[in-house]
Amino acid sequence: MASTVSNQQGGGGQKFALSFARLSYKAQRRVIIIAFSIIPLAFLITFSYFPLYRMIYYSFFSWNGFSRNMQFIGLDNYVTIFTRPEYFGVFTVSLYYFVATFIQMGLALYFATILSFKVRGKNFFKGVLFFPFLLNGVAIGFIFMYFFRPDGTLDALLQVLGLGEFTQLWLGNPDIINVSLAATSVWRYMGFNFIIFLGTISSIPGDIYEAADIDGANRWHQFRYIIMPSIRRIIELNVILSISGAISVFEIPYIMTGGANGSRTFVIQTVETAFKFSKFGLASAMAVVLLLIVIIVTLIQNKLFGEKGA
Amino acid sequence: MRLNYTVMSVFKYFTLILGAFAALLPLIVVLFTSLKSRAEMARSTALSPPENWLNFANYRKAFVDGNMLVGFMNTVIILAISIVGAILIGTMIAYILSRFEFFGSKAIMGLFLLATLIPSVTTQVATFQIINDLGLFNTRAAAIVLFMGTDIISVYIFIQFISQISQQLDESAMLDGASYLTIFARIILPLLKPAIATVLIVKGVNIYNDFYIPFLYMPKTELQVVSTALFKFKGPYGTQWEIISAGIMIAILPTLIVFLSLQKYIYNGFTQGAVK
Repeated sequence: MASTVSNQQGGGGQKFALSFARLSYKAQRRVIIIAFSIIPLAFLITFSYFPLYRMIYYSFFSWNGFSRNMQFIGLDNYVTIFTRPEYFGVFTVSLYYFVATFIQMGLALYFATILSFKVRGKNFFKGVLFFPFLLNGVAIGFIFMYFFRPDGTLDALLQVLGLGEFTQLWLGNPDIINVSLAATSVWRYMGFNFIIFLGTISSIPGDIYEAADIDGANRWHQFRYIIMPSIRRIIELNVILSISGAISVFEIPYIMTGGANGSRTFVIQTVETAFKFSKFGLASAMAVVLLLIVIIVTLIQNKLFGEKGA
Repeated sequence: MRLNYTVMSVFKYFTLILGAFAALLPLIVVLFTSLKSRAEMARSTALSPPENWLNFANYRKAFVDGNMLVGFMNTVIILAISIVGAILIGTMIAYILSRFEFFGSKAIMGLFLLATLIPSVTTQVATFQIINDLGLFNTRAAAIVLFMGTDIISVYIFIQFISQISQQLDESAMLDGASYLTIFARIILPLLKPAIATVLIVKGVNIYNDFYIPFLYMPKTELQVVSTALFKFKGPYGTQWEIISAGIMIAILPTLIVFLSLQKYIYNGFTQGAVK
């Protein structure tokens, strides 16, 4: 990969490279700084900062996204978000995903711990537990639509286990739809936490365990006093990130239910407000609210972990 | 003590098998379904295996009617251009930011780091207008510039990596009269191979799986990628799960092949990509 890139550099611009090399280092420095930063900076400004600025600007207007007619309405969009239940009510849906993150991390930690010791078929289990994370989001959405549909995988499994009376409309019942969707999310992302935990645990030098064995520590002690301290930071970090993660949930519920039956998340609401109902001003204000939450969460995270160093 | 150890061991394997079962069951059932005929669907349950393991009729129908070939072609084009672009852009800016101090270098570094905080899903409302104004709506370039330009994490990975490469290498090359361009191309880039592999894997998986950007910016049928091609199965095949399942398997197959052949690199890539 790297060699093809460097060949292109050497081959395509040979003439330029030769005359460039004749410049003094001071002149070279100036040329290379400008040449190497102009495109990345143009991208950064066009696709990160300019949208951010526009979004904040739009959020004070009533605007349908294409008309020339933009009406300044001050903070009205923000008032709408926090006073109309159909807008702020969707935050409760985030709670399901927030709780699910803890289950996800618990499972990931459990499997990472047992797979970091000697186990038969280690690579098989590692691969199988991680694989779902690599899958296409639309494919996962469809797989679980089939899993939860009437007479689908879950119902068939319950029948086989003699638990037939528990079958129900997993994606049709507003009381459990978010549990089903959050469970799908756990299935999808558990492997990611798992592989990170496994990586961190296996970076603990083996002789620490040996020393602990000599001191008569059992497996629980090893987990509690060797493994936990080394991954505590990652867990704490994930807990904090899960707050913004839970509010930004979009793909799984959008693909599986389109936000029906009370599964609408804040981001689905934002996207529909903009692209379905053409209320760009209001949608921008919602995006600003989401951004503020993410920034607050990050600031808390830096405050808590910043001083301890990376 | 010995009994206790056996109980623990049984419990350990029991949970591992349960975990593997939970991870695989939804996938295996979809594989079964994709090989069943319409009539067979009606008389079998979701868990029962197909009668004919070589019934690929659904795959043919899904691949042809679902225009999956177009999807794969667009995905490959977008994937290749945006990854090469992201790696070039990322290594270039990382090189000058970590090797030179110049007027505004701290500020630029700050701008890149700050941008990692902006979740791209939030700014989409405004980004849409920009893409539209640039005349890129409903072109492959929309996805390409967005995947290339908003990838600040890889800039971050490259900066971290370059600052670990000893400056003395640059200096000794300069004694030999190497230009900064030569240093970048012949010393820095080759040494960045592990970081490039990380970015390649993490970004490759993300772009292949991304649904939102192609869905929003390239609604035209000729421009559909694998994700959006699959998403379209939802309408016309509403209840024909044997066809949808075949579509799912077609979309998953490349991921499975890549995973099985590059397992080690993929694990490393995601571990390094996350512990930035």
